[in-house]
Amino acid sequence: MAAPLVAVVGTGQAGFQAAASLRQDGFAGRIVMIGDEPVPPYQRPPLSKSYLACESALDELWLRPETFYTQHQIDLLAGETVEAVDRRERRLRLASGSELSWDHLVLATGARFRPLAVPGAELDGVLPLRTLADADILRERLDHAREVVVVGAGFIGLEFASVAIARGAAVHIIEVTQHPMGRVVSATISRFFTNAHRRWGAKVSLGSGVSRILGADGRVTGVETSDGQYLPADLVLICIGVIPNAELADEAGLAVDNGIVVDECLATADPAIFAIGDSANFPTPFALGRVRLESVQNAVDQGRCVAGHIAGKPAPYDKVPWFWSDQGDLKLQIAGITAGHDTAVSRGDLQGGHFSVFCYRGGRLIGVESVNQTADHVVARRLLAGDPKLTPEQAADEGYDLRAHARSLAGR
Amino acid sequence: MPQITYVHPNGTREVLDVPVGTSVMRGAILNGVDGIVAECGGEMMCATCHVYVEEDQLGRTPTQSDDEKAMLEFTASERRPNSRLSCQLVVTPELEGLVVYLPETQV
Repeated sequence: MAAPLVAVVGTGQAGFQAAASLRQDGFAGRIVMIGDEPVPPYQRPPLSKSYLACESALDELWLRPETFYTQHQIDLLAGETVEAVDRRERRLRLASGSELSWDHLVLATGARFRPLAVPGAELDGVLPLRTLADADILRERLDHAREVVVVGAGFIGLEFASVAIARGAAVHIIEVTQHPMGRVVSATISRFFTNAHRRWGAKVSLGSGVSRILGADGRVTGVETSDGQYLPADLVLICIGVIPNAELADEAGLAVDNGIVVDECLATADPAIFAIGDSANFPTPFALGRVRLESVQNAVDQGRCVAGHIAGKPAPYDKVPWFWSDQGDLKLQIAGITAGHDTAVSRGDLQGGHFSVFCYRGGRLIGVESVNQTADHVVARRLLAGDPKLTPEQAADEGYDLRAHARSLAGR
Repeated sequence: MPQITYVHPNGTREVLDVPVGTSVMRGAILNGVDGIVAECGGEMMCATCHVYVEEDQLGRTPTQSDDEKAMLEFTASERRPNSRLSCQLVVTPELEGLVVYLPETQV
């Protein structure tokens, strides 16, 4: 019998990790990675942070040098697109016309930027930020951009805004809800960051959408908002979220619901097909029901989990989610999933910008958001891995020793 | 270019020229040194670029920040007094000849 073949669709952080961990776990079959971007796997977080700010160079983005893939006998098909998954024959059809037979299929297809459907969205200077190619364009445009409008105040939009300000542009952030990053952070953190961006010089309009984008000679000149403002702009960033790349799975007859639906082991209804990373919708003990997460932690830990499964050590996926965002001189670190909390208490120096928000649901700690307070973040990740047994009163009491609390639980 | 020596748990040594301004972590990644994982890419969000610095060279390494000290609680291998996150060891001429020992495991 021929050596088994694992096909990994997607060359982002999740796909890379699955391939690398397969080798680490002793998988001796063939590994083929297929991705439509014409470059080796790279880190995405710096694209809206240090890389965009020109503080880090291209060669610092690569997850591994190209020699890594040959050394570890990982066939990397960069710039190739998978057109269809044939489940019955266990074959992939590739855009180049060739086919690839697989024994295990890992869908690490990621997500793509969600376009804004308004008149003028096609104008030159209206840009997304998702891929290295996007970042390269923005990096250059920021050399000359004077008036920047950021549409959508999520992590990416706010990170971009802080870089654009630092690089000398006037920035106006518009957000359709009242709460920047509101899908993922508490009201306290949302307000704190909104104020910080205003302090750094950005204008922030909340409850404001885009009705159309205006231009002249094919180039953007401004944005008309739903609340009647006209904002002049020579660069408009559209960052209103992403769409999971689930079409391949859908067309192959697999369940899709805000991502590719998988079980607790990250397998689809077809036990030979897995989904990981930004494109996977999975059950988690860290939220009510299912989630789809867009983060390095999620990509890496799920890549590892599936590699272990294929290499013969199956285990349910149960890692504590964590996230970070760098904006200006603020580092936001989140442990757990705080969406859906009913109680939030703060600990630390809110005025001075060193604090954490502990979020509870039904009396149980579900997540902690820390601003320039890594020590709290570390404790939170430890606590959330078990039963935290930390009351809101203890969390809010600065005299209460959180590290000792975490140690006492670990010692049980 | 300062020379940095990476010693694997089995005793194998890899000696690399790492440019000034590059971290000991990045030097390992760019040269394909197995044993440094660097999951977060140097953001001090994980502890998978953990190394043990040659004891008598500790004084030459940059001071540990509170954040690094906090994150060192997550090392998969035992944390020792000479434990560092190699993403925080930015190479300077003073680090010429630095020897770092890779732990048994990073995850």
